[in-house]
Amino acid sequence: MEYFFQQLLNGFQLGSVYALISLGYTMIYGIIRLINFAHGDIFMLGAYFGFYAITRLKFNFFSAIIFSMVLCMIINVIIEKIAYAPLRKKNVPRINLLITAIGVSFFLENFTSLKIIFGPDYQPYPRPFKIITFDFLGLTISSIQIIVFLITLVLLLILDYLIKRTKIGLAMRAVSYDKDTAFLMGINVDRIISLTFALGAALAGAAGVLYGICYPQIYPYMGVMPGLKAFVAAVLGGIGVISGAVLGSYIIGMVEVFTAAFVSSTFRDAIAFAILIIVLLTRPQGLFGKEEGIKL
Amino acid sequence: MLFIENLFVNYGMIKALQGVSLVVKEKEIVALIGNNGAGKTTTLKTISGLIKPTSGKIYFKDIDLIKLSPCQITKLGIIHVPEGRKPFANLSVYENLRLGAYFVNKKSEIEERLSFVFKIFPRLKERLKQPAGTLSGGELQMLAIGRGLMAKPNLLLLDEPSMGLSPILVEEIFSVIKNINEEGTAILLIEQNAAKALSVAHRAYVLETGKIMLEGKAEELINNENVKNIYLGVK
Ligand SMILES: Nc1ncnc2c1ncn2[C@@H]1O[C@H](COP(=O)(O)OP(=O)(O)O)[C@@H](O)[C@H]1O
Ligand SMILES: [Mg+2]
Repeated sequence: MEYFFQQLLNGFQLGSVYALISLGYTMIYGIIRLINFAHGDIFMLGAYFGFYAITRLKFNFFSAIIFSMVLCMIINVIIEKIAYAPLRKKNVPRINLLITAIGVSFFLENFTSLKIIFGPDYQPYPRPFKIITFDFLGLTISSIQIIVFLITLVLLLILDYLIKRTKIGLAMRAVSYDKDTAFLMGINVDRIISLTFALGAALAGAAGVLYGICYPQIYPYMGVMPGLKAFVAAVLGGIGVISGAVLGSYIIGMVEVFTAAFVSSTFRDAIAFAILIIVLLTRPQGLFGKEEGIKL
Repeated sequence: MLFIENLFVNYGMIKALQGVSLVVKEKEIVALIGNNGAGKTTTLKTISGLIKPTSGKIYFKDIDLIKLSPCQITKLGIIHVPEGRKPFANLSVYENLRLGAYFVNKKSEIEERLSFVFKIFPRLKERLKQPAGTLSGGELQMLAIGRGLMAKPNLLLLDEPSMGLSPILVEEIFSVIKNINEEGTAILLIEQNAAKALSVAHRAYVLETGKIMLEGKAEELINNENVKNIYLGVK
């Protein structure tokens, strides 16, 4: 029984990281109907930026997270301007955008693998604070888990506030519903799209650093699997639906951890994709999606 | 105040506008009438910047609109109330109205504009917290016009405001259009309901397959034989 609850905590930890990544998928899909397959690589960049901030720049943990978030935001906005905006303005079919995203993903993975950038090797992630464990009702909670939960919670609350209570958030919701009419309101739609890429990247950047301290090994292809699973989580929750992405992420995180703990760790990756197939076959709009569901 | 000359617009191979010229003067209601597919909506979308023309001129008080983005054009007070009302159905009525005054940040100014809109459409006040998607057709048209008024327009572009409404609501909407104009706002009114449009307009243009076929004072067009036959359904 204790083992069960311990796994529950682990699932919650993994789910938190997935939630931060999958929000970017769902927001970017919501705003330009693009499944941004390069999003997992932004998460990877975030992990590396945190790594360098801590090891080279001697930043403390919190400054390293902020540093990573800011750099990821800037890079994602530049990617959007160079790679997607010109295509969007030509009204190309959506599949062109999707293929471009895959191209961006390969570029980021291979470019950062260069020796002069991050290099292709695994790097051990620093532990910028002491790991203390607490006993709580017979469970062992580590300071890492507490920090992951708290930071995720704070970021989710900020995002929720931004989207539901600010004028920018209102504009984001309007743009995601109907771009042309949003233009007629005087909304600078391109700026709102940039901002959405920035927000998604900030969350992915934070996720990268958190992932680094939880599973302390990083490499240029580290974004692929968590990226895909966060994508599955977004689809499960109903892509484009913010709360759905969060719930979907915790489900995927739990299922993955429980599969590894009670079935076999060789199935831990397969199970997420099995869920994807089941969702697409039985309820393509996801748990909370209302309309059409995803179309590539 | 609005001056359009020799406007050509294509959608790929489709020639939607083929040399449209028209003028809207201060404080005028100008009607643009024409059958389905004539190019009325395209004309409005080109004015508000959603579509860029292949050639032609659009000036608003000496400002070249073709160079501006849709949000810059909105900032000039040229407000386009689109065909089919286009509510943000996922947002509340209040949020829709708030977006109409997107550039305004001052709370008191927003409140003032809201109460102006509620004076015209009291029904919207009752529905304020509801998602716009739950409104009836008539209420949606009120929301669309109300949202436009939130911007304090200098020039209001209305695309088929009477479409799909019951005769009573049509009357109500047209009397609102008249009132808005009497407070000094110029209006370019697109309608398939030509009789109604000509009854409130000062001047009118008749658009056929992308070309202006006729123009003149509204009362002259009402008595024009061709207009009577084709658009007013008089035999
Ligand atoms: N997005 C579009 N793509 C291609 N053709 C279009 C598009 N919108 C309108 N058209 C065509 O342009 C012409 C004018 O359409 P429109 O301006 O909507 O007419 P109206 O508003 O007078 O009914 C029509 O032939 C229509 O089929
Ligand atoms: Mg039309």
